[in-house]
Amino acid sequence: MSDILQLETVSKHFGGLQALSNVTFDLPEGQILGLIGPNGAGKTTLFNCINGVYPPDGGRVIFQGQDITGWKPYNVAHLGLARTHQIVQPLSELTVLGNVMAGACFGHEQRSLSQARDIAEEVLTFVGLDERCEALAVSLNVAQKKRLELARALAARPYLILLDEVLAGLNPVEITEMLQVLRQVREQGVTILIIEHVMHALMNVSDRVIVLNYGEQIAEGTPEEVANDPGVIEAYLGDPKMAERLMGNA
Amino acid sequence: MKPFAGTHGKQWRNHGLWLALAITAAVALWPTLAGNKAYAREVTFTILKAVALASSLNILLGYTGYVSFGHIVFFGLGGYVGFYLLSVHSLPLYVAVLAGALSAGLLAFLLGKAILRLRGAYFALATIGVNEAARSFIKNFQPFGGPIGMTLNFKAYQAYGGPSQALWIAYGSMAILTLAVILVSFLIRTSRFGLSLMAIRENEDAAEVMGVVAPNAKTWAYVLSAVFPGMVGVLFFFKNGNIEPGDAFVLHQSIETIVMVMLGGQGTVLGPLLGAAAYQRLRGLLLVSPLFKNIQLTVAGVLLLVIILFVPAGVVGWLRSRFPRLRRVLE
Repeated sequence: MSDILQLETVSKHFGGLQALSNVTFDLPEGQILGLIGPNGAGKTTLFNCINGVYPPDGGRVIFQGQDITGWKPYNVAHLGLARTHQIVQPLSELTVLGNVMAGACFGHEQRSLSQARDIAEEVLTFVGLDERCEALAVSLNVAQKKRLELARALAARPYLILLDEVLAGLNPVEITEMLQVLRQVREQGVTILIIEHVMHALMNVSDRVIVLNYGEQIAEGTPEEVANDPGVIEAYLGDPKMAERLMGNA
Repeated sequence: MKPFAGTHGKQWRNHGLWLALAITAAVALWPTLAGNKAYAREVTFTILKAVALASSLNILLGYTGYVSFGHIVFFGLGGYVGFYLLSVHSLPLYVAVLAGALSAGLLAFLLGKAILRLRGAYFALATIGVNEAARSFIKNFQPFGGPIGMTLNFKAYQAYGGPSQALWIAYGSMAILTLAVILVSFLIRTSRFGLSLMAIRENEDAAEVMGVVAPNAKTWAYVLSAVFPGMVGVLFFFKNGNIEPGDAFVLHQSIETIVMVMLGGQGTVLGPLLGAAAYQRLRGLLLVSPLFKNIQLTVAGVLLLVIILFVPAGVVGWLRSRFPRLRRVLE
């Protein structure tokens, strides 16, 4: 299996704060890679460096063999890399359908309006928002806005999708539903890089997990390996028994 | 119709479009039926001019969410270029109108590359600067007559069958142009390009992440919103017979155009049309009222304040959200 995304020593600092230092990993096609770490560890910054919201200070980002370091977000999107935002960014005064159509129109496949409409309806049914498609995006609740973010990203039919805390703020039932959706996304052949604080869910769904702390990779491996890593327990999990509970919960 | 929920391929059957075109056509035909035809024509020309300017500005202000305080610069520049060709080179009116469109479009394109990187208040401030700079430049540009401006030789109207006939030609052209602006405004609103503009208006960063090439989309929106004022300028000054810097680059006309768009409803097709017509009628009444004739601009300012505070979506926007059924006709 080839790597869809490769990061080589990606670094980013804001003034004196080293947000990312030498982050390096490969993401094989079709996998779900989890990204965890305490608040401020640089997870969202890493996403921003990957999809071009800001350029990294050093290192390279390679998507499908192409060096996309420092590309503009729209150019990255056109290649087939979509993302959701931790803090939801709906196009508030457009309808839910309009939001998702925009994803299909301007993302990877550059669809026409009428094709985008069909895709949007299909994707909205898939994430369970079809009943709200005529509502204005601003009128959705947080859980629905998270789904909208996901739908908008999926409507582009990306090869790789970056998910930034799509489970945060959801209740247990909604989390189960969302995990089901994510597994189906993967079955469609989409590679997923996911940031999540809902640990048992992440451990459950990921093939591999990377742990960031103060911008550095402190661990990488299968969910079991990472959950039992002493460094991870110290920096993030905070409890040696956590691993058992996480894996047991899963 | 709601935004992006079912217009595709059926634009010609849209009630809102026909309503807007029918209103404009009815207003435009009024002078041909009125008792005092010349008076009615002059009043209606002013209204059509306001509608065309407001609808053009709406492409940038309403659809894209960028406030241009100096939009009248395109009216002034187009007017000057067209007038120069009419008076100095004696070219036909349609050539002058096309030249006005091209020059305004070109200025917008170049400006877009330079200042559309700015967002919010910074962009708005830059547009004021552009208008003031253009006025100063033209004042000192001798081929365009410098501070005195240019006057159209009376004989120039002979080519159009005399001055009276020429005024009707200018009027008819203005009416057609206004209808064209409304049609273009509607087509943008229901197009893929329009969706990209609205995505930028709602959240430019998110739009870029979704793949909207915001710099290009904004530039084309700016160009489209500038081309029509350029043409309006040519027709207006052709009818006027003379042009000078003080008449071509009037900053408060820019601001009045913003009031019109906001009053009717930014981001809708019908809003700027109704807003411009209503504001222009109000302005006419104020100008002949002994009490208000000197403070009609104050009324504009107060009106803008009231709209922003109480009906930020404008009349059409308010009606659309209050009565969802009206969305089918109030485009």
